[in-house]
Amino acid sequence: MLSAESIKRIDYEITKYPADQRRAAVMSALRIVQTERGWLSKESISEVAAYLRMPDIAAMEVATFYNMYDLAPAGKYKITICTNISCMLRDSDAIVLHLQTRLGVGFNQVTADGKFCLKEGECMGACGGAPLMMVNNHTMHEFLTTEKVDVVLEALK
Amino acid sequence: MVQIEIDGKLLEVEYGSTIIDAADKIGIAIPRFCYHKKLSVAANCRMCLVQVEKIAKPLPACATPVAEGMKIFTRSKQAVEAQKSVMEFLLINHPLDCPICDQGGECDLQDIAVAYGASGSRYTEEKRVVLNKNIGPLISTDMTRCIQCTRCVRFLKEVGGVQELGLVGRGEHAEITAYVDKSVNSELSGNIIDLCPVGALTSKPFRYSARGWELTRRPSIAPHDGLGSHIEVHVKDNKVMRVLPREKESINECWLSDRDRYSYEGLNSSDRLKVPMIKHNGAWVETDWKTALEFAAGQIKDITKQHGGAALGVLVSPNSTMEEGYLIKELAHGLGCDNVDYRLRQTDFRLDGKRAGTPWMGCNIQEIETLDRILLIGSNLRNEHPLLAQRFRKAVNNGAELSIVSPLDNNPLMDIAHKVIVRPNDMVNVLGQILKAMSKLQRLSLCLPPSLELLLSNIKVRDNTQAMAESLAGLGGEVDLVAPKVGIFLGNMALSDPRFTEMYSLAEAIGGICGAKGGILPAAANSTGMHLMGVMPSPLGMHARAMLEVPRRAYLLLNIEPELDCQHAALAKAAMAQAECVVALTAYKSAALENADVLLPIAPFSETSGTFMSMEGRVQSFAAVTKPLGKCRPAWKVLRVLANTLGLKGFEFDSSEQVKDKIFNGEKPSAVVWRSMNNNLKELVEIEVNVKQDGLQRIGEVPQYESDPIVRRSAPLQKTKYNTQPMARMRAEQIVALGLVEGDTVLARQDKGSAVLQVKLDNHVAMGCVRVTASHAGSVGLGDLMGDITIEKYEQQAVVRA
Amino acid sequence: MTTRVAKAKDVKVKAPVMSDLKGQTLLCLRTMKEKNPASLATYEKLGGYVQLKRIVAEKVKAIDIINQVKVSNLRGRGGAGFPTGLKWSFMPRYFDGIKYLVCNSDEGEPGTFKDRDILRYNPHQLIEGMAIAAYTLGARVGYNYIHGEIWQDYEIFENALHEARAAGYIGENLFGTNFSVDLYAVHGYGAYICGEETALIESIEGKKGQPRFKPPFPASYGVFGKPTNVNNTESFASIPWILQHGGEAFAALGVPNSGGTKLFSVSGHVEKPGNYEVKMGTPFSELLGMAGGVWKGGKLKAVIPGGPSTPVMTAEMIQNATMDYDGLSKAGSSLGAGSMIVMDETTCMVKTLKRLSYFFYEESCGQCTPCREGTGWVYRVINRIASGHGKMEDLELLTSVSSNISGRTICALGDAAATPVLSFIKHFRSEFEYYIQHGKSMVDGK
Ligand SMILES: Cc1cc2nc3c(=O)[nH]c(=O)nc-3n(C[C@H](O)[C@H](O)[C@H](O)COP(=O)(O)O)c2cc1C
Ligand code: SF4
Ligand code: FES
Repeated sequence: MLSAESIKRIDYEITKYPADQRRAAVMSALRIVQTERGWLSKESISEVAAYLRMPDIAAMEVATFYNMYDLAPAGKYKITICTNISCMLRDSDAIVLHLQTRLGVGFNQVTADGKFCLKEGECMGACGGAPLMMVNNHTMHEFLTTEKVDVVLEALK
Repeated sequence: MVQIEIDGKLLEVEYGSTIIDAADKIGIAIPRFCYHKKLSVAANCRMCLVQVEKIAKPLPACATPVAEGMKIFTRSKQAVEAQKSVMEFLLINHPLDCPICDQGGECDLQDIAVAYGASGSRYTEEKRVVLNKNIGPLISTDMTRCIQCTRCVRFLKEVGGVQELGLVGRGEHAEITAYVDKSVNSELSGNIIDLCPVGALTSKPFRYSARGWELTRRPSIAPHDGLGSHIEVHVKDNKVMRVLPREKESINECWLSDRDRYSYEGLNSSDRLKVPMIKHNGAWVETDWKTALEFAAGQIKDITKQHGGAALGVLVSPNSTMEEGYLIKELAHGLGCDNVDYRLRQTDFRLDGKRAGTPWMGCNIQEIETLDRILLIGSNLRNEHPLLAQRFRKAVNNGAELSIVSPLDNNPLMDIAHKVIVRPNDMVNVLGQILKAMSKLQRLSLCLPPSLELLLSNIKVRDNTQAMAESLAGLGGEVDLVAPKVGIFLGNMALSDPRFTEMYSLAEAIGGICGAKGGILPAAANSTGMHLMGVMPSPLGMHARAMLEVPRRAYLLLNIEPELDCQHAALAKAAMAQAECVVALTAYKSAALENADVLLPIAPFSETSGTFMSMEGRVQSFAAVTKPLGKCRPAWKVLRVLANTLGLKGFEFDSSEQVKDKIFNGEKPSAVVWRSMNNNLKELVEIEVNVKQDGLQRIGEVPQYESDPIVRRSAPLQKTKYNTQPMARMRAEQIVALGLVEGDTVLARQDKGSAVLQVKLDNHVAMGCVRVTASHAGSVGLGDLMGDITIEKYEQQAVVRA
Repeated sequence: MTTRVAKAKDVKVKAPVMSDLKGQTLLCLRTMKEKNPASLATYEKLGGYVQLKRIVAEKVKAIDIINQVKVSNLRGRGGAGFPTGLKWSFMPRYFDGIKYLVCNSDEGEPGTFKDRDILRYNPHQLIEGMAIAAYTLGARVGYNYIHGEIWQDYEIFENALHEARAAGYIGENLFGTNFSVDLYAVHGYGAYICGEETALIESIEGKKGQPRFKPPFPASYGVFGKPTNVNNTESFASIPWILQHGGEAFAALGVPNSGGTKLFSVSGHVEKPGNYEVKMGTPFSELLGMAGGVWKGGKLKAVIPGGPSTPVMTAEMIQNATMDYDGLSKAGSSLGAGSMIVMDETTCMVKTLKRLSYFFYEESCGQCTPCREGTGWVYRVINRIASGHGKMEDLELLTSVSSNISGRTICALGDAAATPVLSFIKHFRSEFEYYIQHGKSMVDGK
């Protein structure tokens, strides 16, 4: 069951579209549910589809198309590091290496305590602040150095 | 019209057509995978790239509209290079498994690759592998072969009415799948096999059983619903291996319902009766034709001689051919018997003798798409006429307003403008309301006959029926009021209802006011044909129901399983049990024929020639596609010999064609049909619209895969989710009102019959109704399909103690 | 459609360092010099929303506005450089029913991050530009589709919308007239392809971002099948200035064929990466200077001037070029979205191309054959070369496969994917050959 809070947020997103276009809110609805539950299970996707009165496979198409949806548990903190050209030129590899050694996981893996998950990201449209990473899809950390990464990780304890 | 030029050929095409349409018209073949004339244009495969003068890049012929003076080159260097490169891309990740692929020999990819592909591959990297999906008992998947053309996705969404498959993931990882572990449930699902241009989707029952080129392809007509779809039967070693649609735009277009596609598996069932059998001291004994026929004739002759022709009841399947129907009717008459009927699932015969002609659907199949307002009465359309439903869907997608009056709120997978879901009995009142509301509308201001006026005087029109009336009258919409495009149709549930007469008469009156076309949607392949030939009792005879209510001494059955094919299962069973003699012409051994005395093995449609007449009055003959199995004989021959053995005259037919000529008296069938089809009533029937009746009513739908003896034996169809044990399905409030909970075991009683059932929650059922499906061993103890029923908690202990 | 008036949250955006603004001509980022750049008060103080109010209240004719935009020589800032005034004139004037406006803030092409600064530093100018466009084109509803990863900026923009609504700049019956417009923010969630306008429209409709085949173009069949005008963020944000100062003034800022100022996103090997808003036609060297020059005093090796969908240039090629449409195309590349990626001599072009081709492989939507199959093929071959297993024929193969993708796909992503492959191999062929021969990089020896 979608929580009352989620429904409230989804209902707000629905107001952005014509009344007969509820499904347009599916991107937001999936984001809202993922933010609340940490990831999108197939049940979560069905619930969203049912709420928006669309076929569940159509919601699944959306959930599997966009990178920022997680279809498997992604730890308490999902850290997405951009490795695209602008970040690469400013040595994002060093940041990746640092994160992987510190957390002891590779890309798409979750730490044993279930706390962190590392993901490789594509360009985040913020290359001026390269290298950079994003925590849980919604918080960006720019101009990274290994020291700065440590500070961020510390705060997430 | 615009003038264009393709490969140097000048032609004129309609404004708005695409290059591919234009090229198809003059027979210039442009290769394609994703394009299909019946589906939306996706333009994703890029195989159809062609060169257009003055345009730098090649353009997809399937998506590019023509323009005046356009010069198109489909085989120029630029075009061929583009096509070749697309072919190369398609093949890099495609497995090289043609030798073991079911599509081998009939694969678009294979064919086009031969024409456009290179001999060797420049691709030396690893190939993609995609996991197969289990999407149900009808379709098997080899997803690595998929070329992501999305024809299957588009078909289910656009024609099937609901998106059941999707292309999930992105880029190279994109793959076709149903939702997680769901199967594809569309009753039209098999069409995606035909649509799939590669071997990714193939027929599960057919899988690995034959190669395309080993099959002989023979045309035939689908033998189940009233649509009369054109089929192509594929035969190997005198066995039907599969059935595909034959393109017929005005009937089935290029589609086929799953029932028509997969029922053939029933033809090869181990239940098939291959030799005549006689019951001897309670045990079945195989015998030869001569003995069997003489025995059967002897029995029938004795009884009719002794007790008169009326002692015999003749029950005929509406899925039998016209020739068979004609001969059995003549045979009965020859014996002085007037008790002949094909209307096995009808219970209300008050319209007999009052019709002006043969009832039919009242318009052409194709016309359905053009309707802009539709009223459907008592029909679960997708169950009854799975493929026809798709024409209605097209109409609705084009903007038609659909109104539904039904005891079932099943999802027709199209938008419904107005609906009233009530007990069957109350449907009459609802139709009365619509009629009353409509007669009051300003524009129509038509005077009803005083009798009707009076009748409707104490009916109260409600908002939703008012809205329906206004919709049908074309209020508020931009519709043509001079030549209205309204359709009113009555479906199987209405046809089986004890108050069919009222429903029909009111529908006719409503249609009369708003200028609607329409009529009934005859259930079976030859319902209309049987009516045309009068395979029905004269006023002196007994109709199908009476023959069971007042049991006969002898029965002659054509192609039926009495308790599964008749309106009242319990009565049918009892009637057969008490009869002195039951002669059954049947293609199958059946538990339902345990009470028979002689079983005469007849050929199903695939092994005989004959004629069906469809719901739109189309007379369609077909030939046998295989030789009869074992000692089976075409029923028309059996009837001829039986008549001869009985010493009857006028049966000297050497072919089914001769029988057909006789039926139509040498006239052109279409002329006869044109004259005979008429939905009007000769006189107004007395109807009562305010009958209040409070008990529970049964909705005894026949599930589509139980509709006749052949489909009942198709294993793959029986494995689909439509094949469910009959249960007492009720809406939540109804279950509570009866003091029950879901899962309870209950005893359902109808007059003379009962069945033990489980309670199942089904909010699609109207209040006051219990939905117990028919034509199934689990409900053969029950009575009327549509009729009163009681439900009580079943106390097993009490029974055990007693 | 209901309009929710939410209370504006107190979002504070820090102003950037002032010294970085030297040499810039701030139009789209004109609030940058202020303390609290994103707030409504700041924008109003600088004359914001005056144009919208004037136009709506005085019922200025749409054709006059379009003419100003045409005169301004504003070319679409999303990358294709299509003249905005001309695009606006394609919108059907008379149409029964709702028309839509879409702002494309989905920048996801590597090296592009200019629209983000408009969203977070000057959202109201964008809102005003969109509202003026809606008025001009008769659009009742507008959506701004914002790249998923810049979530904080999405919130800033949504907040600005609430402020503008509360202040009566968007909503029903603006300024007492019968003109109404609703603007909404919608977000992407990680798909580069949604920057392509028809994929973006699909995404707004709640579908996968798969581009549509054109024709029909959005102007006749866009959001929910209705006429729709799509422009880039920077294009819309330029509108208020154009209407305030006149189209000619805007055109005069730039050079022929490229009117006004342009935001350049400078990233990679420079001292001060970031956005620089300069006049069209600014010499490359000047722009590089503003960004602090090549970092660590290094030597310039190559520049991708407009994002990876524009051909890479060697240092020699770009040295004397000016930053505008004609200037860059004369020099052998194009302006694109103005995303200048700078590479110094330590850059291995093989590995760089590998990363870019991985990007296109990863981001192909998978809809049409050449792109779906071709991007994977190209990436695998380059990856093989980069892991030391290349063959000389691979270079011809890469060129051939890339050319076979280009121009044969539904949208321009296919062309974009082919461009780096073709240009990298063309301009740095010897580096690729070295790599194939030695199994390691000529640059870093690894
Ligand atoms: C693969 C691809 C990605 C694109 N990404 C963007 C983008 O991120 N932002 C953008 O404004 N335009 C992008 N475009 C261009 C848009 O399709 C469209 O041309 C543009 O938004 C129109 O606005 P303009 O005329 O103001 O430039 C992209 C095009 C393609 C083919
Ligand atoms: S399964 Fe067949 S029909 Fe469906 S997308 Fe793949 S190739 Fe096309
Ligand atoms: S048939 Fe035209 S793109 Fe597929």
